[in-house]
Amino acid sequence: MSPDRESTTLEVDVQVAFGGFDLQVEQAIPAAGVTAVFGPSGSGKTTLLRSLLGFEAGSRGRIALNGDVWLDSEAGVAVPPHRRPVGCTFQDGRLFPHLDVAGNLHYAERRSGEANAVSITHDDVVDALDLEPLLDRRPDTLSGGERQRAALGRALLSRPRLLLLDEPLSALDRRRKAEIMPYLLALHPRFGIPTLYVSHAVDEVALLADRVLVLAEGRVQAFGGTIEVLEQLDLAPLTERFQAAAVLEARVSAHDDQYRLTWLDLDGQRLSVPRIEHLAVGESARLLVRSRDVSLATERPSPTSIRNVLSGVLASLHQDESTAFAEATVDLGSHRLRARITRASAAELGLAAGSPVFALLKSVSLDTRAGR
Amino acid sequence: MDLPELGPLWLSLQLAASATAVLLVLGTPLAWWLSGTRSRLKPVIEAVTALPLVLPPTVLGFYLLLLMSPRSWLGGLWVEVTDTTLTFSFTGLLIASVIYSLPFMVQPLQAAFESLGRGPLEAAASLRASPLDAFLTVAAPLSLRGFLTAAVLTFAHTIGEFGVVLMVGGNIPGKTRVISIAIYEHVETLRYAEAHTLAAGLLLFAFVVLVFVYVFNRRLPVHVA
Repeated sequence: MSPDRESTTLEVDVQVAFGGFDLQVEQAIPAAGVTAVFGPSGSGKTTLLRSLLGFEAGSRGRIALNGDVWLDSEAGVAVPPHRRPVGCTFQDGRLFPHLDVAGNLHYAERRSGEANAVSITHDDVVDALDLEPLLDRRPDTLSGGERQRAALGRALLSRPRLLLLDEPLSALDRRRKAEIMPYLLALHPRFGIPTLYVSHAVDEVALLADRVLVLAEGRVQAFGGTIEVLEQLDLAPLTERFQAAAVLEARVSAHDDQYRLTWLDLDGQRLSVPRIEHLAVGESARLLVRSRDVSLATERPSPTSIRNVLSGVLASLHQDESTAFAEATVDLGSHRLRARITRASAAELGLAAGSPVFALLKSVSLDTRAGR
Repeated sequence: MDLPELGPLWLSLQLAASATAVLLVLGTPLAWWLSGTRSRLKPVIEAVTALPLVLPPTVLGFYLLLLMSPRSWLGGLWVEVTDTTLTFSFTGLLIASVIYSLPFMVQPLQAAFESLGRGPLEAAASLRASPLDAFLTVAAPLSLRGFLTAAVLTFAHTIGEFGVVLMVGGNIPGKTRVISIAIYEHVETLRYAEAHTLAAGLLLFAFVVLVFVYVFNRRLPVHVA
């Protein structure tokens, strides 16, 4: 391995076995940006995370970050958890209940060591996560979302070289998720710490991650850029059907102040979405379109309240005979959309691979980050 | 109340306080180890720790007496080094009390540590706290109630012991004549008035300590892991 690659890579080659479960992951992960570790529950996501943290005593193999070896079972090396420069948040937060939020932050800061002292200051973290009003609160008085914010702050203040986030949104309801998302999105651009983000939710992965490692039954199923990986249809069995989605990258072409809209250009086709304040014309935005929010038509529909209609070619149609539904993939040029329609509609419209179709987008989720 | 009568009370308090202090130092690491170990030795060590709960105090006292007698290896060594005997001395009583009260320190602490779960300690480790650091700054503060319960039970149990003290320490005023022995002797010699004074004093003392503990315990925050 060249020294250049070593300097920016998390090398993972681990085996963990316990009970009837075994995890085998061999993957060099660029130590930059946000990498999602994605898979259904029971796929080994958390086990992989705990192995990186040093909490799985039965881990075999090799783990190294930027050439620093944390685990090399052949050489008898296993760096104990407290000597690994990793920060993490747990699904249940795990703030120290005997300390207030300020005490929790201070606990991390005092032990962070100057060696890794990137440019993360207490004030920066408090500001980025809006922790000021929480500082003198006890963890048991915080809401789930506030607890996760405080835990994120604590992890950041340990000034880690790698940040591991274990499903920070999984314990929250939809509204709280929406509250936390902007903080998560702002985290990496602001502090620049390479992050592994564990999740089983496609929308979180699509919005947050630069690349995705897909795990199923303890094995790596796919690894690559978020858009490419999420486009692969054979991942469908891993994601619950209603979660299936596609990610599009579109360029801002104009803002409309009268109707508070932003016009986007997607390979020459126009889309409009609620005004994106922080993106200038020419910058790109990432859109998540769930397959359940896409309808198909064989003719351009007469005016409807649905504003976004894209024309494309039906690339594939997977019919599941045991259900009422079919999963369609629509080729839009450089992007692909996925649609979930009923088998009955597919038959009525006479859809087959190669048919020209119009995709009606009922709703679109937006990545709120500035241009990437 | 005759002033000399307070001697046995002070001796008892001194013995109980010393035994509690020694057991806090010895019992805490033992309880911590038991709470976290997967060693096959664990049930054996737990059984040995719990023995004083089931053995009649006279059985324990008998073996301790044999062990501390100047003719045994330990008692003999003690005589050589200190020129005094372990039996019928305060030090002998203290050693016996530490062994006798061991489960009252270890069991509540072990239960408190086990109820913490691995969560808080893993969180501490992920923030670069060494195991000792994590124990002192996370596990111990979160187990305050366990420490309080263990210390009070140990203290009270040592105050109340009789059989082991009688076997190992005998009844030497100012050295081994603790309050329970003094009360017993007063009753044996039909001096009920003195027995009353001591017994009522002990009763009052125990009551005040327990009330204090319960009040204090209520003020300690409960931490749900």
